[in-house]
Amino acid sequence: MDLFLQQLLNGLSNGSVYSLVALGLTMVFGILHVPNFAHGAFYMIGAYVSLTIMSLFGIPYWIAMLISMFAIALLAVISERLIYHPLRNAAGLHQMMGAIGILLFLVAFAQVVWGPNYQQMSSPYNGAISIFGTTFTQQRIIVIIATVIIMLILHFFLTKTMIGSAIIAMAQNREGAYLVGINANMVVMLTFAISGILAAAAATLASPINLVFPGMGDLVIMKAFVIIIIGGMGSIPGAIIAGYLLGIVESFGATYISGDYKDVIAFALLVIILTVKPTGLFTRRAY
Amino acid sequence: MKGFLTKRNGILLVLIIALLLPFIVPNEYVLHVMALVCIWSISVYGINIFTGFTGNLSLAHIGFFAIGAYTLGILTVKADWNFWLALLAAGVLSIVLGILVGLISLRTSGHFFTIFTMCVGYIIYLVIDKWDTLTGGVRGLIGIPNPSRIGPITFDSLTSHYYLLLCFLILTIFITKRIVSSLLGRTFIAIRNSEELAQTIGISTKKNRLLSFVISCFFAAFAGALYASFVRFIGPEVGAIFLGFEMLIYLVIGGLGTLTGPVIGTILIVTLTQSLQFLQEYKMLIFGPILLLIVIFYPQGIAGAINKLTNKWKAKRTKDNKVKEQQTTIKEVG
Amino acid sequence: MVLEIGKLTKAFGGLTAVNGVDLNVKEGHIQAVIGPNGAGKSTFFNLISGFYPPTAGIITFDGKDITKMPPNKIAKLGIARTFQTTNLFEDATVLDNVIIGNRLRTKSGLFDAILRTKRERTEEKESIEKAYKALEFVEITDLADEPIGSITQEQKKRVAFALALATDPKLVLLDEPAAGINPGETDGLAALIKKMTDNGLTVCLIEHKMSMIMSLADRIMVLNQGKRIAEGTPEEIQNNPVVIEAYLGSEENEPIKV
Repeated sequence: MDLFLQQLLNGLSNGSVYSLVALGLTMVFGILHVPNFAHGAFYMIGAYVSLTIMSLFGIPYWIAMLISMFAIALLAVISERLIYHPLRNAAGLHQMMGAIGILLFLVAFAQVVWGPNYQQMSSPYNGAISIFGTTFTQQRIIVIIATVIIMLILHFFLTKTMIGSAIIAMAQNREGAYLVGINANMVVMLTFAISGILAAAAATLASPINLVFPGMGDLVIMKAFVIIIIGGMGSIPGAIIAGYLLGIVESFGATYISGDYKDVIAFALLVIILTVKPTGLFTRRAY
Repeated sequence: MKGFLTKRNGILLVLIIALLLPFIVPNEYVLHVMALVCIWSISVYGINIFTGFTGNLSLAHIGFFAIGAYTLGILTVKADWNFWLALLAAGVLSIVLGILVGLISLRTSGHFFTIFTMCVGYIIYLVIDKWDTLTGGVRGLIGIPNPSRIGPITFDSLTSHYYLLLCFLILTIFITKRIVSSLLGRTFIAIRNSEELAQTIGISTKKNRLLSFVISCFFAAFAGALYASFVRFIGPEVGAIFLGFEMLIYLVIGGLGTLTGPVIGTILIVTLTQSLQFLQEYKMLIFGPILLLIVIFYPQGIAGAINKLTNKWKAKRTKDNKVKEQQTTIKEVG
Repeated sequence: MVLEIGKLTKAFGGLTAVNGVDLNVKEGHIQAVIGPNGAGKSTFFNLISGFYPPTAGIITFDGKDITKMPPNKIAKLGIARTFQTTNLFEDATVLDNVIIGNRLRTKSGLFDAILRTKRERTEEKESIEKAYKALEFVEITDLADEPIGSITQEQKKRVAFALALATDPKLVLLDEPAAGINPGETDGLAALIKKMTDNGLTVCLIEHKMSMIMSLADRIMVLNQGKRIAEGTPEEIQNNPVVIEAYLGSEENEPIKV
């Protein structure tokens, strides 16, 4: 029972991180129809920015996270302006190449600036707490709670503000958005900014548990792709649910099946799903 | 009147340089690098068939490179097979697995396909990494032998090994050229251009895509097998997705969907990184942005840009001479 | 009857794009399909050429049931089509674009390509000859070596026709052939369509240019909201009160996007 609860909590906290990353990815896909391979690099840079300002200036954890969110939002918007915008009418192949180019550049950039080594990020929540007689790491609880708060804020932004509903409208129908006079450029930039914010938040939340290194985004982004396919490309609730699901399945899979092949679970799952249903689960409609 | 600067003379010149290379290079290291260029190029030609000419991006390509490398490595080291037999086995295995993966993955399309193949590639990598007893895991495989002798010819020296690899590269280019200018190649290009249109003129996109995918996998595995025997040591990183990205960069910078692009891109980038010391560690800091510039401004890469220039020049010359070229029936793509 | 369509229906989710449409097309006829935007005309063509499987109904071509066939098999049986946007390969020449039209009648595969066998060479020659014949038919032989990127919109339409003809079809489906070209050129295309039927082909076309339809078509079917509301000769259609009302209801005569 102890182990079960602990694994559930681990699953939920990992799932929270997956969900946040997948959310940004799925929003960009919904608007642009481009799989943003560079999203994992945004995540990685987000962790480094937080880590650097915390260790260099002694800025507290939460403030560092806010600064990092802002920085990665900016990075995402710049990539959109410089790369995705000029490529918006190019073939899908070239858009994917563009994304790969950004990814490679950012990973190399991190290696130059921060070095290839693994680094530890400290958080104010290093202790452990005990609930119902089971011990949990504080940081994992923090991850879960913070994620829920971020998602609620995002939800209110998307449903209660004009610009938020414009994003939803455009994700559902690009031409339709143009027709009702939404400033499409603005919406695209904003979507990228949000995806950057989510990536930075996820990275800063996950880093004290895992480690910070240039390749930290690789596996996360690949899993995020699996999540958004399972959850339906472009679907926000789908990404959230599938994200948590994958976190929990992995956590239990690692304990009860095999720790070595834990990372295969996501990919095997996807291969099985796409084999059975080539258009993915929960497809809204054919494009 | 034909000038000296014809395509045929150009090819001849390059060929002569490639053949004389062992005698003109200053040291063995350069020859070693050029041998690697041959291997990478073969793999990049494989990507080119599927991505450049048929228009789909597969990220499982590097997985097949690794499968080729490990098949040869395991069969020669652990089972003591003859090199040529193992090379053949690597090719056959890649075809079988390529058909299997292709049949499943090609039911998806566009971005789904790319993400699907990325997952397949990663599964291959993880299996190699974790399946200690077969692959040696992170320790890798050591002592993979040179190609076995054929009659009096041995491949133990670097020079002879280089010539062998060069032969394979030339064969690869020749096969690509034949495919691209054939009816089959036209079929691939038609699918790349518009899947819808291809289907309405009676082309089975499923069947042709699968064929193109399997050819591409075969070249990947073949190159992988050659790599294993040339470097003589392999680890799981031969299947890492970043190595796959690197090959993609060679292709895109050289020229996607062109005949000469793969070899141009590979030579250029590999020699640049090898000769500029500071580039080696952080090469993506330079090549990432170059890739982006090429994708945005020259989507057909260096070879594509050169083709465009020569076409313009040709068009101008024919106009000047008012001579109508009777038949350019087969489009030159390289 | 070369094409017999019975109770053809296609529903996308809750929307019924084509609803119980019947149509018989006689050999050598020009059959027009008209209707306001969103009437289901393009979907109707997509069903015939096999791009969508119908929800219900049956399509018979030349006595064969093609209802569930994939597009490439349908093309092989002899149905060719063009699209609103020509979709041609811009970087290649006109001839190169048309040569591939004969691919469905050839058998050369990978080994023929690599070894450049006799079969490959004969089939290649045949394909080139057929392409020239098709270009001759649409009267643009002189453009054979021009890249698609450098020819006019009307010429592109002709290349698309040539490509369709190179597949050796019995029935040609033309989706808005006259969209985006000027009136003078429209007459030229109309003459070309007439020439197709004179040569034994059957033509189905979607078009918004009424003057062209009325003078060209043998029979016209009118679709509205997925349903067939009228079918008959141009004269009958022009005097049909239901048709007049449906068209008065929507003034748009612009080509729609798929």
